[in-house]
Amino acid sequence: MIWLEKRPQPSRFFAYVTPLLAVFATFLFGGLLFAALGKDPVQSIVTIFWEPLFGEFAFYYRPQLLIKGAPLVLIAIGLSLGFKAGVWNIGAEGQYIMGALFGAGMGLAFYPAESVLIFPAMVLAGAFGGWIWAMIPALLKVRFGTNEILVSLMLVYVAEQLLASMSLGLLKNPEGFGFPGSRNLQQYDSAHNAEIIAGSGMHWGVVAALIAVIFAYVLLTRHRLGFAVRVTGEAPRAARFAGVNPGRLVLFCLGTSGMLAGLAGLFEVAGPAGQVSIDFNVGYGFTAIIVAFLGRLHPVGIVLAGLLMALTYIGGDIAQSQLGLPAAAIQVFQGMLLFFLLALDLFTNYRLRFGRAETV
Amino acid sequence: MKLTTLLASAAVALGLAGGAYADGHEKTKVGFVFVGPIGDGGWTYEHNKGRLAVEEALGDAVETVYVENVAEGPDSERVMTQMALDGADLIFTTSFGYMDPTINIAAKFPDVKFEHATGYKRADNVSTYSARFYEGRAIQGHIAGKMTKSNIIGYIASYPIPEVIRGINAAYIHAAKVNPDVEFKIIWAYTWFDPAKEADAARALIEQGADVVLQHTDSTAPQAAAQEAGNVVTFGQASDMGQYAPFPRVSSIIDDWAPYYIARTKAVIDGTWESTDTWDGIGPGMVGIGEISDAVPADVKEEALAMKAAIADGSYHPFTGPLKKQDGSDWLADGEVADDGTLAGMNFYVEGLTGEIPQ
Repeated sequence: MIWLEKRPQPSRFFAYVTPLLAVFATFLFGGLLFAALGKDPVQSIVTIFWEPLFGEFAFYYRPQLLIKGAPLVLIAIGLSLGFKAGVWNIGAEGQYIMGALFGAGMGLAFYPAESVLIFPAMVLAGAFGGWIWAMIPALLKVRFGTNEILVSLMLVYVAEQLLASMSLGLLKNPEGFGFPGSRNLQQYDSAHNAEIIAGSGMHWGVVAALIAVIFAYVLLTRHRLGFAVRVTGEAPRAARFAGVNPGRLVLFCLGTSGMLAGLAGLFEVAGPAGQVSIDFNVGYGFTAIIVAFLGRLHPVGIVLAGLLMALTYIGGDIAQSQLGLPAAAIQVFQGMLLFFLLALDLFTNYRLRFGRAETV
Repeated sequence: MKLTTLLASAAVALGLAGGAYADGHEKTKVGFVFVGPIGDGGWTYEHNKGRLAVEEALGDAVETVYVENVAEGPDSERVMTQMALDGADLIFTTSFGYMDPTINIAAKFPDVKFEHATGYKRADNVSTYSARFYEGRAIQGHIAGKMTKSNIIGYIASYPIPEVIRGINAAYIHAAKVNPDVEFKIIWAYTWFDPAKEADAARALIEQGADVVLQHTDSTAPQAAAQEAGNVVTFGQASDMGQYAPFPRVSSIIDDWAPYYIARTKAVIDGTWESTDTWDGIGPGMVGIGEISDAVPADVKEEALAMKAAIADGSYHPFTGPLKKQDGSDWLADGEVADDGTLAGMNFYVEGLTGEIPQ
């Protein structure tokens, strides 16, 4: 008989090894899936994971990894602070949209003036947009005890409607022949979040993501506030004895994650996306939740997880085009990754025992 | 942008963007970027049928590749770039939102030909193409006006862009012509493909009394919702959606991209490809009318087919005056026909429609 026994201490070994095991299991079962679809499993996995990094056109795909990964990392870092403290911001997608709207709105308000101050002003506006949107669930939770999961999630749909309204109304390009969507910020130098070194994929959003990672790392390991975050998540009662103000912590966690999501939206709209449009948001705010957990809520882990997710997106598109794999198969493959990670997580806290259970 | 030159020169250096056969591949490679899944049963399904028709018609001379479910924005730029790098000679980008990305990437790969569906921006290596769906809408409106008993026709609109507004106007004009009491209820879904949203919209319209539901979205979810309700008439959109015939689906507007895709691919093979703007309708066969089922009375079917024939041979234009705009101002005088420029940028309702176009 096989049974599970709770470990007296969570296994550090398994905490580090499960992500690798999960990736390996995903390779195995993903390969089986691809084989069942009549594709060469080894070639499929090589195309997804090898081609973008070391293939013939890696010079193009490597920068794309940064472009695709930066918003994921930036948002996931913010979310991880809250998740550690048991504050569940599920609405990063909405804060991402609001950041883009505030930021782009700030830039477009100055059009066509050129000034070096416009872009910094947009960055501030973007951060503010995400922050204020996250403050709604935060204040409601602190003041009235509402559930931040529901409120933040519902506000995503409000933000989407606002995005549609802005694309069709206030921010619509007056020279766009009546079609929805704002002016293209890529063609407005002062507002364009251009690559810092051309062709490197390194835009200001990537820089911001790296800074956020370093800040989060220092905060969690060296700062009193980081201690408050960790202890609240692990032992809420102990936190209260340690003098942590739970309300203020909720405001901090939601505010920070909203701000970072807003920044991600601003850097995306001013750079790779270029314009506010009805379909501007493509789910970064939700995917970042996966990234945060895949990265074990650890800043360095999140960087790796963000790049891994970006890799599966980019490699997945290549596999579709080169091998004719259906998009749904790629999505199942990505889903497997999270599934195996969460399933194998069990072994951090439990171990398998063979034989008879001692107590009946 | 500097990346432009870098990428272009890198591609040229690798001999990849140097014309149809420069990198030694013998087949002409044709890429397709799809906004939805190829199994959507509507818009993308028909584009994919066009792709398969290219393979069938040109056989060993071509190789086609596609990527489905590509988000508009940076993801679509990456997919186009990837296809161009992989040696595509011709790339069809099949959604309005791919417009700026197509123009951006086309500038980086001057020797690759691009074809963008339903947009208005062109370049030396970017053509645009679209179909005169409104011709089908006119016939649909005629049947709808005759079929409705509640005099309420529901309309699931996608985005308030000229193409969609044209469809609403064309359907309304012809429904009101045969049934002056008809009223249109319009729901804006802000999506091209979202079965859940589309089903919700259809149910909401049915609850408001609509017994005919027209859709400008791509999934079959509204058909299923109508079937559930039992007494609601629908029309297939983009594809025949024949699995819901003979009722609720009584007819359909079918996009037939195959002849165009074959012709354009041939032009690339022959070296005669040029940047053009194509806007074809029922006449050239880009828009088809799916079989009108027996649920439609024989006389109505006959009238509809007569209108189809008249549109096809050019003797009737769906936008023929006298027509007024919603605000009561004059648009077309008696016998006057709308010009393509006005139609292409249409941003107003015709007289009789209620509600406002979202701004």
